[in-house]
Amino acid sequence: MLHVAIATRAFRRYSTYRAATVSGIFTNSVFGVIYSYAYLALWAQRPHAGGYDATDAVTYVWIGQALLMTVALWGGGTTDELAERIRTGDVAVDLYRPVGLLGWYLAGDLGRAAYHFLTRGLGPTVIGLVVFHIRLPGTPAAALGFLASLVLAVMTSFAIRFLVASSAFWLLDQSGVKMLSGVCAIFFTGMALPLVIFPEPLRSIALALPWASYLQTPADIWLGKDAGTDLLAALGVQVLWLVVLFACCRAVLAAATRKVVVQGG
Amino acid sequence: MADLSVLGAAGDYRRIAAMWVRSALAYRGSFVTMTISSFLMTFLDFVAIGLMFHVIDRLAGFELWQVALLYGASGIGIGIADMVIGSVELIGQHIRMGTLDAMLVRPVPLLVQVCADRFALRRLGRISQTVIVFGYGAWHVDWDLAKVAVAVLMCVGAVAIFFALFVGVSCVQFWTHDASEIANAFTYGGNTMTQYPLTIFPTEVAKSLTFVIPVAFTNWYSCLYLLDRPDPFGAPAWFALLPLPVGALMVGLALLVWRAGVRTYTSTGS
Repeated sequence: MLHVAIATRAFRRYSTYRAATVSGIFTNSVFGVIYSYAYLALWAQRPHAGGYDATDAVTYVWIGQALLMTVALWGGGTTDELAERIRTGDVAVDLYRPVGLLGWYLAGDLGRAAYHFLTRGLGPTVIGLVVFHIRLPGTPAAALGFLASLVLAVMTSFAIRFLVASSAFWLLDQSGVKMLSGVCAIFFTGMALPLVIFPEPLRSIALALPWASYLQTPADIWLGKDAGTDLLAALGVQVLWLVVLFACCRAVLAAATRKVVVQGG
Repeated sequence: MADLSVLGAAGDYRRIAAMWVRSALAYRGSFVTMTISSFLMTFLDFVAIGLMFHVIDRLAGFELWQVALLYGASGIGIGIADMVIGSVELIGQHIRMGTLDAMLVRPVPLLVQVCADRFALRRLGRISQTVIVFGYGAWHVDWDLAKVAVAVLMCVGAVAIFFALFVGVSCVQFWTHDASEIANAFTYGGNTMTQYPLTIFPTEVAKSLTFVIPVAFTNWYSCLYLLDRPDPFGAPAWFALLPLPVGALMVGLALLVWRAGVRTYTSTGS
């Protein structure tokens, strides 16, 4: 119950920035339009590149814009607060609390993601539907699979952001690592270019990395490329990475607690 | 007097910027990783375009090196403008936190203080990347003296146009303090649009990028001249000479908007 309360408060906290939300939807939509035309130019030359048709490609663009903030692709979210608390030494107080640090920040981040999904996710999607006639999930299984995959995507992104923030235990300042992690995310999620049209072997490598969870996997489920057993397999890979990453988070947290240096105490 | 105040402002800017460089170097590890990341971020951005050419030979009639020329020219413009005055984006944050009040009472022009605030030398990472990409495109260009002149005018004009966009759209935040992201649609959005040949867009979009938000002048018309290609939308060849006048006009407009914004500013009082 406590975690639900944390998530609800995080949701409400983000919902106070209305102008920021509207301006964000506008900006996501502008980028959606730009990339749609770029991909249309590409798919006009090669109509079946990567197994996508032109409509799939444009739909992919708008899913990407919708998920950008929801999965916090660039970084940010509650893990930024954690990093700041590590830098200032306030984290020492958090570590004494009878609530797990990981669960606390994860609950907050899920609340944040829910808010961003309902605003910065749905907003651009509606605009994409009107302007470019994008494809909607064809079956209930695809729609539900997409939602399940999205929750896994947010958690995967959280785990990686948590690891990045934890680097502040040793470096004090996470900003360099955060930016480097953002660079990897942009490229390996398929935000810059769908992973399906990457040349081999780069394609297979990128699809096997945890970043594929952020965008390529949910998008392929939405588009119906992963259906039936493929859908279950895709979700299975996401769960597998999640287990590995959360184990890493726990190990890092244990190590950090042992050697924590409290600044300014 | 006017000249003296400009020199004074430049001196103030340099001092504030130098302070931020020293402060960034305090966490040297972060500074190095962030400079490398800044380089990598735009590098992978171009790699993505390169990978597109693994699937196709031409994008809307343009070869990879021609796209590199467009990408590099626009990237140098926004890169320099972003490094020098990109911090103006944070104006809304200054208003919310009340730090703008402190700036208003200091004997240094407000715009100089806002722009020099958090000056980030790491952005050199991005600029060096775009210079390399531009160099790759320029290697194939059939250069003569006139083309060199057009290229120089283009780069200076592009910096001015992006400078004006950064300042102008950031002023929205004088009225709505937390809408900083809308500026990105025009600045980084304008940059992303000009990374591709304008021929990928419908005519109306290309026209509005010329006459409404004139980012097409940061690279498109001048690069067409460098490539000896006529404009597919039928614009005259002398548009290649316009980046600098367009940039100067836009900077003038942006400064007017800035002044109007500062006049309407009322402190949040916190």
